[in-house]
Amino acid sequence: MSIIFLILAAITITGASAAMGLRNLIHCVLALTLGFVGLAMLYLELGAQFVGFTQILVYVGAVAILSVFAIMMTRSAGPDAEAEAALSASWISGLVVAGATFAVLAWAIITSNITAAASAQPEVSVKDIGNALMHNYAVPLEIMGLLLTAALIGAVIVAMPQEKAP
Amino acid sequence: MTPLTGYLLLSAMIFSVGLAGALSRRNAILVLIGIELMLNAANLNFIAFWRYGPNPAALTGIMFTIFSIGIAAAEAAVGLGIILAVYRHTKNTDLDQMNSMKG
Repeated sequence: MSIIFLILAAITITGASAAMGLRNLIHCVLALTLGFVGLAMLYLELGAQFVGFTQILVYVGAVAILSVFAIMMTRSAGPDAEAEAALSASWISGLVVAGATFAVLAWAIITSNITAAASAQPEVSVKDIGNALMHNYAVPLEIMGLLLTAALIGAVIVAMPQEKAP
Repeated sequence: MTPLTGYLLLSAMIFSVGLAGALSRRNAILVLIGIELMLNAANLNFIAFWRYGPNPAALTGIMFTIFSIGIAAAEAAVGLGIILAVYRHTKNTDLDQMNSMKG
């Protein structure tokens, strides 16, 4: 358990908690960006460089910006204006369910017999990942491209303003 | 406490934070963000198991995470499109007010 891991874990947890707890929606997305950056740093520390940079590109670069645009387009419509009570029934029930989930997960993790020794950092180059994507995982890659195309077209069609029927 | 246990506990914590937000926030965009956090917790698990697993040369964890990130991007795009369409219809993003399909 290195000190770097503790620092990165603290950054990630702080960002995620602030993203879920803050009132101002823009502040929520900014805190979420901090959490995603912390996760990307954790990937880098685990030796998965490609995934770490993909995380920054996709989440920090695309998803967070998309969320900011969606929030700005739906401004002054959210429920936060009418005083979302900090300790309403839905908050308490949500926190209880999440706490119970964490308790079960942590119990399962701690009682399980994990004997993974600290092995040497595996060396994975982008060339290896490209070779694997082009050989073993070629069909999933094509299906992913099809799914992304369909999702792009579908999102545009769903969000397009509908013409009035003549 | 092995390093893998630390990563698994951190992942469980991120998942719980995302679950709490998705269950208790009332803004649709924040619920979507909570779901993204839960997906990211699963990705962290994949990478941690790949790193401390018996055969890291097989690249399975990295591949699964790359595809999972792609699917999460598609999900975010479609979800935000649906939220924008609903907002144009009802001028609201409060999930408690979206009851027009309630049985």
